[in-house]
Amino acid sequence: MADFELNCPLPLQYDRIVMAHGGGGRLMQQLLDTLVRPVFRNPVLDQNHDSAVVEINGTKLAFTTDSYVVKPLFFPGGDIGKLAVCGTLNDLAMSAAKPLYLTCSLIIEEGLPAADLQRILQSMQQTASEAGVLIVTGDTKTVDRGKGDGLYINTAGIGIVGEPVNVRPSAIRPGDSIIVNGDLARHGIAVMLEREGMNFEHRIESDCADLSGLVQELLQAGIEIHCLRDLTRGGLASALIELASAGRYEFELSESALPVREDVRAACDILGFDPLYIANEGCFALFVPELQTEAALAVLRRHPLGQQSCRIGQVKSACSQGRVTLQTLIGVNRILDLFSGEQLPRIC
Amino acid sequence: MNMQQAFRDPAAAKQLAAAIAAITTRPWNIMEVCGGQTHSIIKYGIDQLLPEGVNLIHGPGCPVCVTPLEYIDKALAIAALPGVILCSFGDMLRVPGSQEDLLGLKAQGADVRIVYSPTDALEIARKHPDQEVVFFGVGFETTAPTIGLAAYQAKQSRLKNFSLLVCHVRVPPVIEALLDSSDNRVQGFLGAGHVCTIMGCGEYVPLAGRYRVPIVITGFEPVDVLHGLYACIKQLEEGRFEVENAYRRVVREQGNPAAQQLLRQVFEVVDRNWRGLGMIRHGGLALNDDYRDFNAELRFSVDAIDTQEPVACRSGDVLKGLLKPSQCPEFGTRCTPEKPLGATMVSSEGACAAYYRYRRLQHG
Repeated sequence: MADFELNCPLPLQYDRIVMAHGGGGRLMQQLLDTLVRPVFRNPVLDQNHDSAVVEINGTKLAFTTDSYVVKPLFFPGGDIGKLAVCGTLNDLAMSAAKPLYLTCSLIIEEGLPAADLQRILQSMQQTASEAGVLIVTGDTKTVDRGKGDGLYINTAGIGIVGEPVNVRPSAIRPGDSIIVNGDLARHGIAVMLEREGMNFEHRIESDCADLSGLVQELLQAGIEIHCLRDLTRGGLASALIELASAGRYEFELSESALPVREDVRAACDILGFDPLYIANEGCFALFVPELQTEAALAVLRRHPLGQQSCRIGQVKSACSQGRVTLQTLIGVNRILDLFSGEQLPRIC
Repeated sequence: MNMQQAFRDPAAAKQLAAAIAAITTRPWNIMEVCGGQTHSIIKYGIDQLLPEGVNLIHGPGCPVCVTPLEYIDKALAIAALPGVILCSFGDMLRVPGSQEDLLGLKAQGADVRIVYSPTDALEIARKHPDQEVVFFGVGFETTAPTIGLAAYQAKQSRLKNFSLLVCHVRVPPVIEALLDSSDNRVQGFLGAGHVCTIMGCGEYVPLAGRYRVPIVITGFEPVDVLHGLYACIKQLEEGRFEVENAYRRVVREQGNPAAQQLLRQVFEVVDRNWRGLGMIRHGGLALNDDYRDFNAELRFSVDAIDTQEPVACRSGDVLKGLLKPSQCPEFGTRCTPEKPLGATMVSSEGACAAYYRYRRLQHG
């Protein structure tokens, strides 16, 4: 088997952008690799991390930005405002930075109820204040009715990386344990069920949360963190595949160890989705030396956002292409591969 | 442990795999009819638990894969018309037509929407009375009742701006066509559990008898599939050829009579061209005369469409079980999920897509 090769990266095959180019899968990688990165290429961008780490007068700063488009604006467990703050805080936290300041740019569609906007802004302020960061600058634009989904938000963030921390994809080593801090796929499913008006017996809430405090606890406890990656768009699988490919390592996961809540799994089964590819907004993958596994788990489990923490796999030896394998429930190994774009609901 | 986990239980799976090994004395070619089963087999690696010589042939039971190109092109032509909202299941949107796919057309400004149920399309039609809403309905007997229900409700409520582009297919005629073909290698079938949930088991009895093949109605979880395989191999080893229901927790012998009645009310059996397989006698369902007002093919003149099937695509051989996806020279090179030559590389239930996702790089 497998007497074939993949000629990757493929050229961008659509002459227009399609939705799948933003889906966190292979088409998005192609867009970044063939159109975006070549234009901006520089050593900081090439760090390929959730935020860029730059040094200014001996101080290491983490710097990141993200745009938030979510329909509906309010969903179980959060809203676009909370999401826009947590998402950027988490990108900073993945570089082990302590977040300090955020920006807030609003693109508002004509007709958005002012009360909704106020509620969203208050939610942003509350989330920022709980995280101990300030929203210090921003911008406001409006667009014609029908040209936006009510509201888009962009936030950028800046934070300080303490010494001598060096948390980055290239620090991953064979033998490292791979740990997640909570159950998977809740955000994507919560938003989807709300959007489609599908009701389950129990309401599934997004896991949307600021993870920077949890990361700071790991650092303060002296855990030797090799790498952190938040498991947003594209889910656990896409994030790990990207890291494994970049570092040319094999990651081996155990399907029976992957934490997915029963109601979330049921929703995925009904819709034909694989929970490993569904977005999270309060989950990270943590890489630590095997000997530190228990210590890291103990720190995580003491924190409200880490009580479900568990080890899901390990970094194996280097391999030529880099890959993620999954030992299935029935004990057979298979690879995890990037989706093309977004997962599409199946027919039956 | 809940019921779902019970049917993914590693111990039960290994026990069944051992039982299969114990009764298997020679090679057998068994076809799982449904794409959902193919997906499960490749995703969990069920085929790797089987004794050498038990060869699983991935059947034509992926609705997206067998929808003829002509209908994809018709859907594209209708979606491109001004004032039309075209709705379909998510899987259909990436299937390449002769020139492009529905997602590409959407990027150019066409109003193409994913819905989870055909009745959602009815709602869209009610909300947009000044636009024509068309539901592109494909699939087997499993999904036909939901599309029948949308047609029924549209007729009851005299909805003027709603129509259906229907390309439904039926399982028993395609099994018959496979068994009739001179290059058939299939010795036993795992029947599609969800199709039989609607239609029951009766339709398969004449086939099992006439062609002397066991047909075991099978579910989709790993333990279900292994249970179906065990029952099928046991029949083959004992020289029996019966219809057996190995998915009793879901499938009743008579199926779902209410759904069957709805199908009779809305649809008629027609000969249907299956992508990759050709014309199958009685292989499809179309809206009957009572529902002609809701037939999008009649409402929008989209008859004269010139379709061009990619020459290199061998999905027909894959669907007939003559070729494993990874044996196709185009697999993973000129044909990928991003740039598929045929629908078997697109659908989440397509055999080529399943091999690409789960088996590519296996030994890389």
